[in-house]
Order: sequence, then C-alpha cells, then structure tokens
Amino acid sequence: MPSLKERLNLDQVKRSVLDSQVWRSMFRHGYEDTPRNRVLMVVDNLWLHLHPTKIRRHAIRIRFTWCMGGVTFLLFLYLVVTGVVLMFYYRPVGEYAYADIKYLEFDAPFGMFMRNMHRWAAHAMVIAVWLHMLRVFMTGSYKPPREFNWVIGVLLLTLTLLLSFTGYLLPWDQLAIWAVTVGTNMARATPLLGSEGPFAEMVGVTPRFDARSALLGGTIVGPPTLLRFYVLHCIVVPLIAAILMMVHFWRIRKDGGISGPL
Amino acid sequence: MAKEDKVVGSADEMAKTSWERVNDKVHVWPYLTRLEFMCAIIITIFLIVWSIVIDAPLEEPANPSVTPNPSKAPWYFLGLQELLVYFDPWIAGVVLPTLIIVGLMAIPFIDVNPKGNGYYTFHERRFAIFTFLFGFLVLWVWMVVQGTFLRGPGWNFFMPWEYWDPHKVVALTNVDLPYMLGFRSYWGQAACGTALVLLWYATIPAYYIWRRERMKNVGLVRYLIKASLNMTMMGVVAKMALRIGLNVKYVLVTPWFNI
Repeated sequence: MPSLKERLNLDQVKRSVLDSQVWRSMFRHGYEDTPRNRVLMVVDNLWLHLHPTKIRRHAIRIRFTWCMGGVTFLLFLYLVVTGVVLMFYYRPVGEYAYADIKYLEFDAPFGMFMRNMHRWAAHAMVIAVWLHMLRVFMTGSYKPPREFNWVIGVLLLTLTLLLSFTGYLLPWDQLAIWAVTVGTNMARATPLLGSEGPFAEMVGVTPRFDARSALLGGTIVGPPTLLRFYVLHCIVVPLIAAILMMVHFWRIRKDGGISGPL
Repeated sequence: MAKEDKVVGSADEMAKTSWERVNDKVHVWPYLTRLEFMCAIIITIFLIVWSIVIDAPLEEPANPSVTPNPSKAPWYFLGLQELLVYFDPWIAGVVLPTLIIVGLMAIPFIDVNPKGNGYYTFHERRFAIFTFLFGFLVLWVWMVVQGTFLRGPGWNFFMPWEYWDPHKVVALTNVDLPYMLGFRSYWGQAACGTALVLLWYATIPAYYIWRRERMKNVGLVRYLIKASLNMTMMGVVAKMALRIGLNVKYVLVTPWFNI
C-alpha cells in the first residue's frame, strides 16, 4: 500500500495551485532567477515600480545614501497606520481629549503601544529627515538637474516639522498646551499681521483678529485650537505631504535617478 | 558570484571613465530591494523595542491657569526659542525661520560650483560645506541640545549637574550697543544703530567690488541673495556674541522695531 506521502503528491498540489487561473491572475511570474524575471519583479509590482529596473552600482551602498530617505518614508507609513488606530479612540474635544488618551493608555488593547509607536516614530522621522537633508547636501545631490527636487525636499522637511508640531497638542496635557503656546506666540509678532509685531497699528490688527488668533481660533490655546490642530494634523498637512512625496519620488526618476559621479 | 554581484571600492570607481561609471549598473531586484528590506526590518525592530521599553510622556490635564517654568517648545524648535534670548519675537519667530526655509530652498540656485555633484568631497567645495555644516550642526543641532538640556527655569543657563533653581538671580545689566559706545541722545543712538546695521551689510557690495573678476560667473542677483543670506546668518552669530560677551541688548532701537 502506498504511503500517505506518495498518495498526496505535494509537488503536484503546488503545481496545480501555481498554474491555476486564480493564482496566475494575481501573480504573473515566480521567483525564477533570470535577468528577465529580475526586471519583471520590479516593473510588475506597484510598490517596487517606484524603482528603476537597474541602478548604478555605487547607489546601493549604505554609506552613500545612509538609507535615510527610505527610512523617512517607512516611518511616515508607520505613522499613518498607528495614527489611524489612535483616531478610533480619540476625540478632539476639550472635555474628552485627555480622558481618551488615558483610556488609550490603560484600557484600549495595545493602546499604549500604538501611542508610543506613533510618538517615537514621529521623533525618529524628524531626525531621519534632517539626516536625509544632510546626506543630500554632503553628496551635492541638489546640484543640476536636481535643484527642484531639493526645493520639494525642503518643503517636505517643513511639513514634517508642522506635522509633529500639530500632533504635539493633541494629548491635551500641560506639556502639549504650553509647548504649543510658546510656539504659536511667535505668530503674534508677525510684522503687519500680528498684534504685537512691528507696524501692527498701521494695519489695525488686534489680539482677537491677527495671525495668531487665526491659527488658534481664539486668543488662547483652547478647545477651538485643539480641533484646528487635529484637522491640520490628520487631514490637511498629511494630504499636502503625500502629494509632495509623490512629486519628490517621481522627480528622482525623472531627474536621472539617484545622483552619482558623472 | 556573478560579475554583477561584486561591489567595487570607491577608488576603482573613480578610476573609470565617465561612460563606464554611468553604465555600470546592477539589477534593483535583488541588490537594492534586499537592502531596503533589511533596513525596514532593523528600523521596525528598533521602533518596537523603543515603544515597549519607553512610554510616551503624559502630564497633568491641560490647564491654562498654571504655567510651567520653564515652558519649552517641542524639542526640534528649541533652536528658534533660543533665538528669543538675542532677538525680538518678530525676528526670532518669524523672519529668521522664514529665511531658514527660503535660504535652504535657494541653495541649489546660489551654489554655482559644478564640482561635487553626486559624490562626497570636501576640498572641492569647502565654503559650501563649511557654511552648511556650521548652520546645521552649530546653529541648529547644538541649539536644540542646549535648549533641551541646559536651559532651566526662567530660560536661565544651568550646567547639567546644577539644580534647576526657579529663584536663580541673574543680573540683567544689558544695555544697547550705541549707549555703550557713548551715544546718549535719542537721535544719536538711532543714527549710530542704523550706521552699524548698514555697515554690516555694506560688506556685501564691498566684497563684490573687491572680487569683481571672480564674481563674473556668479552674477549680481545671485551674489546679492547669497551674500545677504550669509551675512544674516553671521549677523545672528554676531548678535549672540555681543549679547553673551558684552551684555548688549539691542544694536538698533526705533519706535517701531528693535534689532
């Protein structure tokens, strides 16, 4: 009598799955190590097709790129995922916000872990984006033809700081409101547009209606500020950043791929 | 190992002709994707461990009537908060941040040096690298470190081993620079301050005239932008030195704004 293994031919099962119409409709090719397949691995994959199929040898060295652009993007993706989880539990309302954070920390499954990951990934992203800028500067990669992508990069750096800053308010604790108070107090010193800035009296701005109050939705960092910063943090700034990221990645390819000695 | 799999050193790389260098390519799959995968795994492990070991801070509920001392901005803005010691808020909080962003965006357009494009070099672009590293490491990163660890109550300076005494007494004997130079009348001080600021920026056209032969490939407009940004950055340093070394409060005082 044939053994179970002989009767159940695993190779045949595998082949029938891999050759089935359903499998083939999802995955066009296997992992065969041929030059043609290596190219297909990249161009047939939505995520990998950001890459060219071939890349200059020096560009894959860690000590050339430090991997910091990719790390920044990876951290952004982690922030989106953990941020959406936090949004399930968090209400940007003066009465609820702090209690919701406490609930996240003590009752929600993995709530503390998600909050920690969101906060630390945000800090790490700020550092990663600085290091990315430092690397791009040190390799002179902003030089022609990549000038415009450097400009996009500076905007993305600014947006990263703005994302981090708007998120800083949301726990609605003492650390949050006073840090944001210190930060937004600068807005009232804006020349012409801030109530305490130079030439304010010529424009006629008041503490209630000036650059700072437009940002805060009032004269102090209060519940209206919380809602504004929540909308900026979860919708406005991430959307703009995502659009600029698309342009940034697209331009790397269109400007001749990653920089290198000519 | 196929020929393609070998990663050559940088000396060999530079010895090749430019055509050889540009066309010396490897497949992205697997040579880049495997690196990205490893990098992603390392960062992920690092982040997970960090998030398990250290909890995010959470203080008492927000209370507008209790102001902590010191009140600090988020750590990455502490360099800007540090500037408030030396400048009025409209400069420290609005003008200088704007100039930092605009100045960074202007870098590719004011740096006309064609060398050092796509590889590490110091001696081919000394000035650019020195300026950038000075701004980044000293004026930004160091200020963040100082603001985080060395600034205590009242934004006073404390060494790491010192107790953060909220009643620390610091003599505020700052005077304006024109007063220090002997100008006592209102208009005398205003004239002196204006002259000092103008003198600072007068170095820009002076240097252009002195080095006009070398400036031909830079161009006047590009030079003016580049030099203004540079002199403003060095002006921040000068004002900091005056404040720390000579207790100077303002250089220029007017009824509308002070510098």
